[in-house]
Amino acid sequence: MALILTPNIPDPDGFYAELIDSQRDLDEPQAAMMNARLVLLLANHVGDRTVLREALAAARPKSRD
Amino acid sequence: MHQPFNYPDYPYRRSPELTEGPTRRYPVVIVGAGPVGLTAALDFAMRGQPVVVLDDNNTVSVGSRAVCYAKRPLEIWDRLGCGQWLADKGVNWKIGKVFFREGLIYSFDLLPQPGHKMPAMINLQQYYLEHTLVEHCTARPEVDLRWKHKVVGLAQQDDHVRLTLDTPDGRFDLLADWVIACDGAGSAVRGMVGADFAGQVFQDRFLIADVVMKAGFPPERWFWFDPPFHRGQSVLLHKQCDDVWRIDFQLGRDADPELEKQPERVIPRLRAMLGQDTEFELEWVSVYQFACRRIDQFRHGRVVFAGDSAHQVSPFGARGANTGVQDADNLAWKLKLVIDGAAPPALIDSYAEERTFAADDNLLNSTRATDFITPKSKASLLFRNAVLELAQDHAFARVLINSGRLSTPTPYVHSRLNTPDEDEFRGVMAPGTPCADAPVLRSDAAPGWLLNALGDDFVLLCFGEPPPHAALAHGAVSARLLSVGDHPGADLRDPEGLLEQRFDGRRGTVYLIRPDQHVAARWRAFDAAKIRAALARCLAA
Repeated sequence: MALILTPNIPDPDGFYAELIDSQRDLDEPQAAMMNARLVLLLANHVGDRTVLREALAAARPKSRD
Repeated sequence: MHQPFNYPDYPYRRSPELTEGPTRRYPVVIVGAGPVGLTAALDFAMRGQPVVVLDDNNTVSVGSRAVCYAKRPLEIWDRLGCGQWLADKGVNWKIGKVFFREGLIYSFDLLPQPGHKMPAMINLQQYYLEHTLVEHCTARPEVDLRWKHKVVGLAQQDDHVRLTLDTPDGRFDLLADWVIACDGAGSAVRGMVGADFAGQVFQDRFLIADVVMKAGFPPERWFWFDPPFHRGQSVLLHKQCDDVWRIDFQLGRDADPELEKQPERVIPRLRAMLGQDTEFELEWVSVYQFACRRIDQFRHGRVVFAGDSAHQVSPFGARGANTGVQDADNLAWKLKLVIDGAAPPALIDSYAEERTFAADDNLLNSTRATDFITPKSKASLLFRNAVLELAQDHAFARVLINSGRLSTPTPYVHSRLNTPDEDEFRGVMAPGTPCADAPVLRSDAAPGWLLNALGDDFVLLCFGEPPPHAALAHGAVSARLLSVGDHPGADLRDPEGLLEQRFDGRRGTVYLIRPDQHVAARWRAFDAAKIRAALARCLAA
């Protein structure tokens, strides 16, 4: 299985609003903690180490050289 | 400070070289009478090999230092005659608890498998371990233990080493066919051979306090992340014998080691943790930084490194002394065979390969635990705390918590001494793996243990009746036959079926087992030619 990079979320606008709304009342440290917990929860759900490695690479800042 | 243990003053004796020339030559000289050097000395003695042991001091380890001893080292000490005493004296524990901030988030049980002679883990002060090892060494005529002999010079020759020693009566030289450097993380011998000792040094400082108290805490390993009594840092509490408790405070990167060692700094920290009413006395206090590093090569000419002189780990996981003792276990039989001319020097290279592999496994585990306990950046601290928060509610996060993965032996799966399996086997007893223990009945019907029956030489463990004249040899080295089953003349019976289960030992199965009780090869049927070839391979012949 490879990391899915094509649209895969039903109702993308609805999901995006839900994501932003979920942190609306949080201050920065709370939001950062929530994001870390979210990464760990989703990573465990995916489980596949190859997919996780591809996601880590895709999420890294692009190098400027 | 309180002293529940009377430190012995071992007698210094003037070496004969100081009065009688000429320079003497010895087959094996061990530098360092700590747990690893003394274990190696005892192993050589049991094999009939005379050894000289040099130590720059004349007592045991001051302070408790190493605390936890795992099953495999206990099995090695049992082979050498002192395992049962250690297991009886030590604190047997199984439960570990992890706390985060105010609450308990997770507890684990080592769940030791029944049917092993030795427990999964004991806690015992290092001075007790060294004391009993010294007693056993002193009782052996093969061990020439010389206190207050400090190595101050070393020169490698073609087939030996010249050592210069400093003693209270002056200096002298001796020659050694082989030197085993067990002189610890700060090894002077390592410096003298010019070996590199590279790795990672962790910036955080830790306060280690051994405290004597009659406290109601159970004999469990308690680990706190960010507790209310020591905000932002970690703390470990662990029981040793004689009401001594090991307490380990993370102090952070900016702590002043000299200041933090002072009782007026230590006692308030302990009061905050233990409560104002708990009475305690300090036995030993130390402040240190951890490092994870390894020597470039375990063998430099005629000098072989074992224990902390070869690899240094953080204490989380109890991987220092435990792995060092396994170095000694691996080296003694090999060097003895090489000294006797029964195996080529290449057998020593297999020591370096197998124990480098084990050291790297320990270093990896130790580095990962240290990174979890002392996050190096805001982002890693955030993830670490997220894991701890999630672990309160979700099982998946508990396996990510790393307060130290406790020492287990590293099987030598890639060793050149292994004969790869040709037949199908279930279970974990693959070539390169230390044998699992199991209860047995001996031929005199007395209950015993497999590992005691294996002893310290090559063994052919046969399930069912072996063919006549089944014992085999390669050159001067023979494999002793040990047959298991209900047949007439069986050496061992398997009353609970655990031996068959743990070795997948259906009738006809044969294991070739090394003198350090590791599996060398196994087959489903007895084939003398294959067994001889496997024995030769295991001798690097």
